[in-house]
Amino acid sequence: MSDLPLVRAGDGDRGVWRAASSSRSFVAGFVVTLVFLAAALVSLVWTPYEVTALSIPDKFKPPFGEHLFGTDQFGRDIFSMVMVGARTSIAVSVVAVGIGVLAGVALGLAAAANRRGLLDELIMRSNDLVFAFPVLVIAILITAVFGPGVINAIVALGVYNTPVFARLARGAALSLWSREFVLAAQVAGKGKFLISVEHILPNILNLLVVQGTILFSLGILAEAGLSYVGLGAQPPLPSWGRMLAEAQTLTAIAPHVALIPGLAIVIAVLGLNLMGDGLRDILDPRVRRAGR
Amino acid sequence: MLRYTVTRLISLSLSLIAASIIIFFVIEIVPGDPAAFMLGLNAQPDTVAALQRELGLDVGPVERYFRWIFGILQGDFGVSYTYRTPVSELIADRLWVSLPLAIYALTLSTLIAIPTGVIAAALRGRPTDTAIMGVTQLGIAVPNFWLAMLLVLLFSITLRWFSAGGFPGWEEGLWEGLRALTLPAIALALPQASILARVMRSALLDTLSEDFVRTARAKGLSRAQALRRHALRNAMIPVLTIMGLQFSFLLAGAVIVENVFFLPGVARLVFQGITQRDLIVVESVVLILVFAVIVVAFLVDLAYAWVDPRLRHQQ
Repeated sequence: MSDLPLVRAGDGDRGVWRAASSSRSFVAGFVVTLVFLAAALVSLVWTPYEVTALSIPDKFKPPFGEHLFGTDQFGRDIFSMVMVGARTSIAVSVVAVGIGVLAGVALGLAAAANRRGLLDELIMRSNDLVFAFPVLVIAILITAVFGPGVINAIVALGVYNTPVFARLARGAALSLWSREFVLAAQVAGKGKFLISVEHILPNILNLLVVQGTILFSLGILAEAGLSYVGLGAQPPLPSWGRMLAEAQTLTAIAPHVALIPGLAIVIAVLGLNLMGDGLRDILDPRVRRAGR
Repeated sequence: MLRYTVTRLISLSLSLIAASIIIFFVIEIVPGDPAAFMLGLNAQPDTVAALQRELGLDVGPVERYFRWIFGILQGDFGVSYTYRTPVSELIADRLWVSLPLAIYALTLSTLIAIPTGVIAAALRGRPTDTAIMGVTQLGIAVPNFWLAMLLVLLFSITLRWFSAGGFPGWEEGLWEGLRALTLPAIALALPQASILARVMRSALLDTLSEDFVRTARAKGLSRAQALRRHALRNAMIPVLTIMGLQFSFLLAGAVIVENVFFLPGVARLVFQGITQRDLIVVESVVLILVFAVIVVAFLVDLAYAWVDPRLRHQQ
């Protein structure tokens, strides 16, 4: 941790972008992620068919006909549902990562600024405690109290993400607090808050971006799982997990109904993971040197 | 070692107490009165009051918390609002499915992941390594419940090797029980094994570049000997950490995968509990899952000390 690459004035983005375009896994992951983002955005204004339009005579149409991905048991267009499902997945994961970053980084920076103080101890112990609650368990608790809904999935994931970011931010910030430029800022009379925001935060951004990408992909998996068991998105909101739940008894009759939403999840998660791996290689020169 | 164990034990108990307080008071803020809910709209006020007394709902939350916790210490989780049977019995029945499933999956995952990770590290950069890294990258991205559905499609519907779901009960014999849990365990294990194999590989690569491994090689040990005698043990710390974390994922994952196979595990119990507002069941299952995670984290801490003697002697 002690040799975190520092951000310097004039450290242009050009070097990063050159490294990025030469990382195959980053480029592949980035393209896949863009495709899903585009599908989600386009679904806001247009889908090939209405996702809630039922048309029983058209049920179980195989893929690659009039309907690109075929239709489900109610004759709904699966391609359109996958598009809207992408929107649900991305929205849930982005907001959940956002909650985790905001709360977690604030807590982590506060803990590092008060190293070995009461606040530090309090934050880290609460972190450990929250860590003991798996996402699913948080979602079960929230659903028991407030009833099912997509907001539960967001809150459960956000709560789960918070200690991850707090721990990461604290660890990285601690190593920076002993560096000369922070001492200089202290000597110049800046307070802990200003130093954290102006000097520590910019220097841990890279780590946060990499972790954010990883948690984004975990979020997509978790959202699918929660919606599958009925703790996440509720009908009529299409979500990949719910599509799989509905397809479960139909795999023998129409395998494509179960295969396509699952493949969508796998490709989206794979894309994000590749992008995350690529980003880590690009943003952390130590990894680049070690060649792993 | 004793001192280390005692400090860990103290922090274990504090965590358990804190977790139980959180769970109790989260459930406590649920609007509505379970007694009124159970008796329906036309219930007489005195019937509701009687049931409240029977369920122990007639006292304040703090007193109820202590009654609850002392009950649990004696193995009494209270009585289910809907089943009218002790929650401990309900959970014990279901745990006989969920716990073996989680352990089965953890065993499979470890048996697959450790050798795979070691092979990948030993053959770093070769085609085998590249193939393993590719397959595990894919494995991480596959949702376990979807993998479960694919396994059912292949092994139950097409090949008819396994039943598509249900559980015959352990009375039918160990073999029948394990057979029913095999597909669920594979579905849970493969994604976890992918993660674990990658951790094993990178941990081993880290230790293989350490000085003590070079010294061992200089003393004349072959690469394989150095790996087995010196690097492997030192690479176990990150692997143990991930295994500990994975147990909580496996327990939670078991709840999801049980749904695919219609297994009578804790999943069905907790989801019924949610829809029927049987909150004491939900509360108890959540408590047991969280306790399991905390206790496993504690065991992992002890295992660190066993692997790394330096930790034992730390203040």
